[in-house]
Amino acid sequence: MQEEDLTITSGKISPTGEFLFQKGIRLSGLLIAGLVVCILITLIFQSIPAFKHHGLSFFFSTKWDPVFSEFGVVVFLVGTLLTSFLALLISIPFSLSISILLGEYLKKGWISAILKSCIELLAAIPSVIYGFWGLYVLVPFIRPFEMGLGIIPYGVGIFTAALILAIMIIPYSASLGREVIQLVPAELKEAALSLGATRFEVMTQVILPYARSGIFAGILLALGRALGETMAVTMVIGNSNFLPESIFSPSNTMASVIANEFTEATGDLYLSSLIEIGLLLFIVSTIISVIGRYIIKKLSIQQQHS
Amino acid sequence: MKKSAIGARIIKDRLFTGIIFAFSAALIIPLIMILSHILQKGASSITPAFLTHLPAPVGEAGGGIYNAIIGTLYLVGLASLLSVPIGMATGIYMSENKNSKLSYFVRICVEVLQGTPSIVVGIITYLWVVKPMGHFSVLAGGIALGIMMLPVIIRSTEETLNLIPHSLKEASLALGVPYYRTILKVIVPSAFSGILTGILLGVARVAGETAPLLFTAFGNPFINYNILKPMASLPLMIFTYATSPYEEWHNYAWGASLVLIGFILALSLITKGVTRR
Amino acid sequence: MNKYKLGLLTGLLVTGLSVAGFAAQILGAGATFPYPLYSKMFSDYNKLTGIEVNYQSIGSGGGIRQILSRTVDFGASDGFMSQSDLEKAPDTLLHIPICMGAVVIAYTLPGISKQLKFTPDVIAAIYLGDITKWNDARIEKLNPGVELPDMPIVVIRRSDGSGTSFIFTDYLSKVSKTWAKEVGRGTSVSWPVGLGGKGNEGVAGLVKLTPGAIGYIELVYARQNKMDYGSVQNRSGLFVKPALDSIEAAAVVDIPADTRISLTDTKARFGYPISGFTWLLVYQDQKYGNHTLKDAKELVGLLNWMIKDGQAYAKPLDYAPLPKTASSKAAALIKSITYNGQPLM
Repeated sequence: MQEEDLTITSGKISPTGEFLFQKGIRLSGLLIAGLVVCILITLIFQSIPAFKHHGLSFFFSTKWDPVFSEFGVVVFLVGTLLTSFLALLISIPFSLSISILLGEYLKKGWISAILKSCIELLAAIPSVIYGFWGLYVLVPFIRPFEMGLGIIPYGVGIFTAALILAIMIIPYSASLGREVIQLVPAELKEAALSLGATRFEVMTQVILPYARSGIFAGILLALGRALGETMAVTMVIGNSNFLPESIFSPSNTMASVIANEFTEATGDLYLSSLIEIGLLLFIVSTIISVIGRYIIKKLSIQQQHS
Repeated sequence: MKKSAIGARIIKDRLFTGIIFAFSAALIIPLIMILSHILQKGASSITPAFLTHLPAPVGEAGGGIYNAIIGTLYLVGLASLLSVPIGMATGIYMSENKNSKLSYFVRICVEVLQGTPSIVVGIITYLWVVKPMGHFSVLAGGIALGIMMLPVIIRSTEETLNLIPHSLKEASLALGVPYYRTILKVIVPSAFSGILTGILLGVARVAGETAPLLFTAFGNPFINYNILKPMASLPLMIFTYATSPYEEWHNYAWGASLVLIGFILALSLITKGVTRR
Repeated sequence: MNKYKLGLLTGLLVTGLSVAGFAAQILGAGATFPYPLYSKMFSDYNKLTGIEVNYQSIGSGGGIRQILSRTVDFGASDGFMSQSDLEKAPDTLLHIPICMGAVVIAYTLPGISKQLKFTPDVIAAIYLGDITKWNDARIEKLNPGVELPDMPIVVIRRSDGSGTSFIFTDYLSKVSKTWAKEVGRGTSVSWPVGLGGKGNEGVAGLVKLTPGAIGYIELVYARQNKMDYGSVQNRSGLFVKPALDSIEAAAVVDIPADTRISLTDTKARFGYPISGFTWLLVYQDQKYGNHTLKDAKELVGLLNWMIKDGQAYAKPLDYAPLPKTASSKAAALIKSITYNGQPLM
């Protein structure tokens, strides 16, 4: 590289310093790469006993029975997907509205400043506090509602967990959505406006189609976060290891079952099964977040070229 | 006819604007509910004794969260100590060798790390540190939190360094300053505020993490500075106390929540101050 | 002389290592059932001796797991370990009984002040999901004169591995054939119905929060939280309220030398049928990992204190202290603890 040539010709060099520095930063890079590879290897290695014992039935069994050592992930997979997608569904109207409002309608001014701080605040609240609040404020709120519906008023369950999750993930998709909406070229909007389109039409026919993939990426990242969210969900989901009957049923997610049972899993198979769940969770959330970031990167590259 | 069509379009437009505003405003409701609840419940339990005393046994009045406050500071400090040098060095490497194969791979790794669920980090640290050492420890907790801080620090270092004008580096090199000193004495200091922001963001991110501490730092009703022994932390204490049936422990947990949120908000205010400069 | 030197040396080494004057710490984890008692005991033990005992109530299953993987100095459990689990241990594990407690059937029924009566069959039927309403004929028959509401029963059970669950499922396995066949006993079982709470604290919290809920928790949790709990029919046909005397009455049985015995559904006439010991789990030989002789001595000192002076803390917190027969066996077990083969006492 160019810089390297320069250093060789420049005057006072301490070869050892230079060498150590280059090696040092390279080593850190290698360390990070090694860290991630080792995480994957450790998880795979530790879940081998479970995989050997259950084989593929692990992914199809709805049984989670520590007494008879029968372990299957389906219950937690269903719990995780239900809570996450329900949370996503609840959050989308809100996050989309905020993205549009901050990205297009109110780019500056005190209202947007306040709203932005609110979003930052929501993102800054630790998940354990969301869970705590959910358990003592939201759950008593949900209970009469469930009684009104004529179902068992557990209060805790998938729906409650999804509500909390929705609040937690809105900041993620909203801030990304705002950014991509702001990226829409002004010429496009102006062209549409000059043709007499209303703002609503500009939004639905120009801006949203243009920003579609970016908004999708934001939703994916929010989903990734929802899937792996542990504490808030553990506190309000009810910890029931059965397939849920409705969205108000108590359930368990992959993350919450690990949080609940990891320290006490007697028996290697039990522990190994929990680690296998961890591996699955790691792979799923990795895929989702990598796809999300890939889309964002592609978008920003497009932006630089256009 | 044309007129009515325009009318309908305008109504639609107004309606849309109204809906957008309504949904956005609705988001403030849970925020206010959460913050006011914590403020109201937490403020009543915070006294000087609450901040400087150890927890009392179940069913006994008095006591505080001193161990958890110290523990959180200890853990976060340790996590920073472990992750900041490595994170910064990696960030420098990636910004200086943008197109190398390693950079490309590391970039993916950073993304993976960022998306890794905190509970998985907990499992990993348990398997790597707790099990071989045979003890739950502050060290294990610090490593877990450090791993979670890494991606934030790496990204902010890389991104800020990329923003430094190339001319600055060229000027320094032209004066005969060796490459590594240029980076360390010219480039990094001029990117200081950006990197500091990243570190503070990282600290704010992990200060409230509970899941990685469940099976690493464990908990402790006493004060412990020994890095090889378990230690309490605010988030874990909130979790244990929140799920207990004791009214007075709930109040502890509300108080601890207020302290924790205050700490995180203070960090983000400092971050804002740094970026503004 | 040599041993003395070694002790001095290790002592010096330990003080040398603990640079900032770290206080001695003993780490224990496990059962939530005796947690209120232990936290009080350890807090006062610290005032007496300066030794800090860090006890984390992560559940009996956790206590067993952590002592097996030697990440704690002692485990705590209210279910004794099975022979197969004991064989998994890297070395001989001892069960030191500390006190006795009762698992009570707690419930939240607004507007009902009279203590409900339960039979073993009814409890089993509720936890098997056969009885789903509070005004079920089988419950009403037991409780004449009580206006039971037409409310679904929200069954609460433990989500974590727990000795309380062990005692409870051990009891249900003894009184219900269906239970024994379909569910069995263990620190964590596959519950036919119900909502999981983490720890005794978690279950108590959920029961208290949910109208129509029923749950099984340790007596002290019910008492401290002013919760309602029922009386249970024992083997001799009497409806017994869980209380100190009825727990002590349940323990009038022969106790084996290793103290691993279940106290549920005993023949004792006035005994509360869902009672049990709670144990600390320690290795017989304390030389492992980085354990020093001093650590071993401190641990033995603590155990001795707990089964002797420490017993005074039990009654005020609604735990039954060890009966004489159990306490002499516990003392013998503690005496058998060694360090590198050498007895410590």
